[in-house]
Amino acid sequence: MTPVESKNRKELVNFSTLLIFSFFVILWIIPYFLNLYTVYVFTWLLIYIIAAYGLNLILGYAGQISLAQAAFMGIGAYVVAILTKLDYSFWIAFPLAGLLSFLVGIILGFPSLKVKHHYLAMVTIGFNFIIYKILMNEEQITGGPYGIMNIPRPTLGFISFESDLSFAHLVLIISLLMVFLMYYLLNTKWGRAFKMIRENEVRAEVVGVDLRSYKLVAFAIGSAYAGIAGGLLPPLFGYIEPTLFEFVISFDFLLMVLIGGRGRFVGPILGVSIVILLPEILRITEQLNLLIFSIIAIIVIVLVPEGASSLVDIAYKLFTGKKFPSLTK
Amino acid sequence: MLFQLIIGGTASGILYSLIAMGFSLLWQTSQTINFAQGDFVAASAFIMLISYSMFHFPYLLSLILTLIVAAFILGFIFKKLIVQRILEKGLMSIICATIAMSLLIQNSIIFYSPESQNFPSLIREGTISIFNANLSFLDIFNIFFAIIIIVILQLFLQKTKIGKALKAVAQNRETANILGIDVPKMIMLAFIINAVLSVFAAILVSPIYAAKYNMGSALGLRAFYAAIIGGFNQMRGALLGGLLIGYIEVLTTGYITAEYSEAVILLIVIAVILLKPEGIWGTKEIWSKEL
Repeated sequence: MTPVESKNRKELVNFSTLLIFSFFVILWIIPYFLNLYTVYVFTWLLIYIIAAYGLNLILGYAGQISLAQAAFMGIGAYVVAILTKLDYSFWIAFPLAGLLSFLVGIILGFPSLKVKHHYLAMVTIGFNFIIYKILMNEEQITGGPYGIMNIPRPTLGFISFESDLSFAHLVLIISLLMVFLMYYLLNTKWGRAFKMIRENEVRAEVVGVDLRSYKLVAFAIGSAYAGIAGGLLPPLFGYIEPTLFEFVISFDFLLMVLIGGRGRFVGPILGVSIVILLPEILRITEQLNLLIFSIIAIIVIVLVPEGASSLVDIAYKLFTGKKFPSLTK
Repeated sequence: MLFQLIIGGTASGILYSLIAMGFSLLWQTSQTINFAQGDFVAASAFIMLISYSMFHFPYLLSLILTLIVAAFILGFIFKKLIVQRILEKGLMSIICATIAMSLLIQNSIIFYSPESQNFPSLIREGTISIFNANLSFLDIFNIFFAIIIIVILQLFLQKTKIGKALKAVAQNRETANILGIDVPKMIMLAFIINAVLSVFAAILVSPIYAAKYNMGSALGLRAFYAAIIGGFNQMRGALLGGLLIGYIEVLTTGYITAEYSEAVILLIVIAVILLKPEGIWGTKEIWSKEL
């Protein structure tokens, strides 16, 4: 890193600490002004952002394609739903949701990442189909097509997250923690290796980076993020059913990360916001919006690989006259 | 029982082979992995339906129109507008773009109808009894038709000059270029052949399962798996893999459970990746060169 770069970076860190703090305050206040439905959308958005961060790690940093983000969300959601229905505390079930998704990610990723082909994409498609079938068919455990109903919201000591507002705040805290954790991970030695892998795979391997285990752990962490996101869905809706975790939802996540800008730290937030909020604002039907977003995604791949994140670059340059520095070292 | 299952497995398996062969041809000639492969079949089925059911053209005319439209859109336009621009950006970009295309095709078809559609068939429904096994006319017809298409394709690749040129490009692009073969033209030909194969797969598969906007997801997945199991870099691998998946499917449905045939297929795919990553009938040399 050159001295100029490091000065830029320091400025950026101060600037972004302030920015993040004000963002947090704004996000904390927003739900007070929302009605019943929009509080749901707000919370749902935050949950999707967690899962999208997971996919961004897999897609943007490890360079692998996972099409099972919805399936891992399903694993997390059903773990939380089933355990809380059995009167286990949410605070036990929720970490287990992430842990189980991580372990399943390791098992699923191990063979596919053994070969240097894009087999992970194909294997994860099949995996999502199978998880959906299991959720539909194993009625004794999953409730089949009707799913699981009357799932309670968590309480912590004397704090209850029963109301929509307090639950939105809980999800806000958790999603911010997950985003900071991702930021931290990408700035560790482990995370910085990805930059090297992206620049030159062969060189990275020569200096002793074990590509396979890096990609495998990245895939498992990305899947765990989906599991954690999924674990927040049952208390949000109060019920869950298999169609929430259909294969198409995994496609949606891919579109979100692509449109937001893969491998860019702010990408998932932008991508999820655009793909979820735009149709809500424009009031267009689901088919039409998927049609529009798939066309946008193709255009993004062809013309602007950085996606909506390039808007951030342009805005930053207009304000400061400087190039937007990388958020990871 | 077993005989009936084998015929049933061959009938569905050979259709997966048809789709997988196009998939493998695109990979060999241009390193394109087409995740919308199954949706190409769905798109072809609905082009056919528009011509046959909406405009009431006769079957044969509809088929010819479908072949022309599919060759143009799923072959020419797909290659020129999408693959050509993205291929240099890397394999990852082409995969993401074809996944987006798969969504695009599915959600376009929903505008025609979100319900499954009856599809015209050349053969009337019914069964025939041979060796105590009830075989459906459709299955037998499909097997014969698919074999004819595969034989014609092989004759084209082995015997004609242009087919040999295409095979040369599939085996080694650089050498083919030095030999004076017009490589871009041959790659375009591969895309058009892929579109034509999708149309034939569509008219064979749709009368059995009915045409629906998302019919491509399951078909495409089986075609990928056929290519992985059989071997990605050889047409014969796609043929073998498709048939194997057909048999695995009917055997698990017949003897274990219909619900989890997909899970059994996935386990076998994973086993192949672990034990013989180049596929059962793929070649290792070309494999390592691709990496």
